Amino acid sequence: MSNMIIGRYVPGNSIIHRLDPRAKLILSVSFIILIFLANSWLGYLILGLFTLLAVASTKISLAIYLKGLKPVLWLIVFTIILQLFFSPAGHVYLAFGPFMITNTGIINAVYVFLRFLFIILMSTVLTLTTQPLALADALEYLMKPLLKVKFPVYELSLMLAIALRFVPTLMDETVKVMNAQRARGVDFASGSIVKRSKAIVPILIPLFVGAIQRAIDLGDAMEARGYQGGENRTKYRVLAWHRRDSLAVLIFIGVLVVLIATRFLI
Amino acid sequence: MNNIIEVKNISYQYPSSETKALDNLSLSIAKGEWVAIIGHNGSGKSTLAKLLNYLLVADEGEIIVDGQVVNEANMWQVRNKIGMVFQNPENQFVGATVADDVAFGLENRGIDRAEMLKLVPAALKEVQMDAFADREPTHLSGGQKQRVALAGIIAVAPKIIILDEATAMLDPKGRQEVIAAIRKLKHQLGAELTVLSITHDIDEAADADRIIVINDGQMVDEGTPAEIFSVGPRLLELGLDVPFAEQLKAALRQLNVPVPTEYLDEERLVTWLWQLNSKM
Repeated sequence: MSNMIIGRYVPGNSIIHRLDPRAKLILSVSFIILIFLANSWLGYLILGLFTLLAVASTKISLAIYLKGLKPVLWLIVFTIILQLFFSPAGHVYLAFGPFMITNTGIINAVYVFLRFLFIILMSTVLTLTTQPLALADALEYLMKPLLKVKFPVYELSLMLAIALRFVPTLMDETVKVMNAQRARGVDFASGSIVKRSKAIVPILIPLFVGAIQRAIDLGDAMEARGYQGGENRTKYRVLAWHRRDSLAVLIFIGVLVVLIATRFLI
Repeated sequence: MNNIIEVKNISYQYPSSETKALDNLSLSIAKGEWVAIIGHNGSGKSTLAKLLNYLLVADEGEIIVDGQVVNEANMWQVRNKIGMVFQNPENQFVGATVADDVAFGLENRGIDRAEMLKLVPAALKEVQMDAFADREPTHLSGGQKQRVALAGIIAVAPKIIILDEATAMLDPKGRQEVIAAIRKLKHQLGAELTVLSITHDIDEAADADRIIVINDGQMVDEGTPAEIFSVGPRLLELGLDVPFAEQLKAALRQLNVPVPTEYLDEERLVTWLWQLNSKM
């Protein structure tokens, strides 16, 4: 689990680190839509430069980003192969049976590869430079309009914040329970699938029971400290929108305009 | 009226249990007093703490906190007056960081943010955790987490602090840190703060003005630490420990050294040993 990069925050003080999480969240979601606007070499070149700019300005070493690509590598390769061999259009270079390599196939494969690369890099930029908690705050802010349709925004964001806060605690506990069961002779690593899934039970049950006890204790502590629900609460932590956030949005709009221009004018 | 907490003939039975956790218990605590409630596991100490701020509802009897009857109508006012530190440092940490956790109680009370920005650092400074404001709970020791819990209570300035075995899961160093922080706070606030410490740590109880001994949901004894500890063997019968000085006295008695019968704390025991030596 230690090579999982998604959700891992790398502390730093670059311009991207200091951006408002709301700006980062909106921009990275919009970026995914933006990618599908590009349909020419020029479009992908512009997107590539923009992505590289974002990656470079986080001042986090490239190795960390490459590590993030690793877990999805097989997915990328699989899609590229599909594109490469099953595009029955355009000029045929090679053909054997139902498989053929054509020029559209090659172009599509390269495009798909680039799309994957850009999306993963950009979402890694978001998770590496934003604390999970700040993301939860941003999400709460962006969900606020839903209050009008009676959606429990405050409760949901409190649940999210508590869940995030307990992730490391529960991870620690999982390791402890696993080691305790190992010490008593439970074998997690060998045997058939059925045997291995049965070995999970002595981990899951203590974890569930522990989590329920935690929930009871936490509920008591929250009530004792005067928690009565989301209404009428003030907030200690507030998000602040700075000029650099507006600037980031402007740059993004600039890229958008250029992309649309390359798509429809050239 | 001088009693800040009055418990009258309280009984409580957990739905899943066959015996009563508290059985016709009555006690009162004066304003500004530091009271320790001791008793072995399952004697009903923690149940009492939860009844005091309406986390549990008594089957019979009445509780009055600072002139108010504890019931459903005014439970939030009562909870405003009582700050509680629970046993497990991990499970009562609500906030994502230290500062967030201290601010939690203030947020619940709708305190203005400008005010919070002053109160939170001040409360953290009080427990000497101001350097840790942005830390996450995973990076803190148990004692540090309990000090943060205490800071969260200091920030809302309650009249009563209940320590529900707050030091039970800590190592000796963490325990000393927490006790020192509470002692300092009590010293500053004097009669404005009432401390109710529920514990089976005998050294912690020795700090109190008065000790109440609970066994099987009933009060079996009360008095100053000196009075309670001088009946050492009875405490052992109730499954409780005696302070180190008492243990030493008992060991000396077995060696036929004539020891005084009244309770001595460690300092006075040392003085007595000096004098004993000079006589021989």
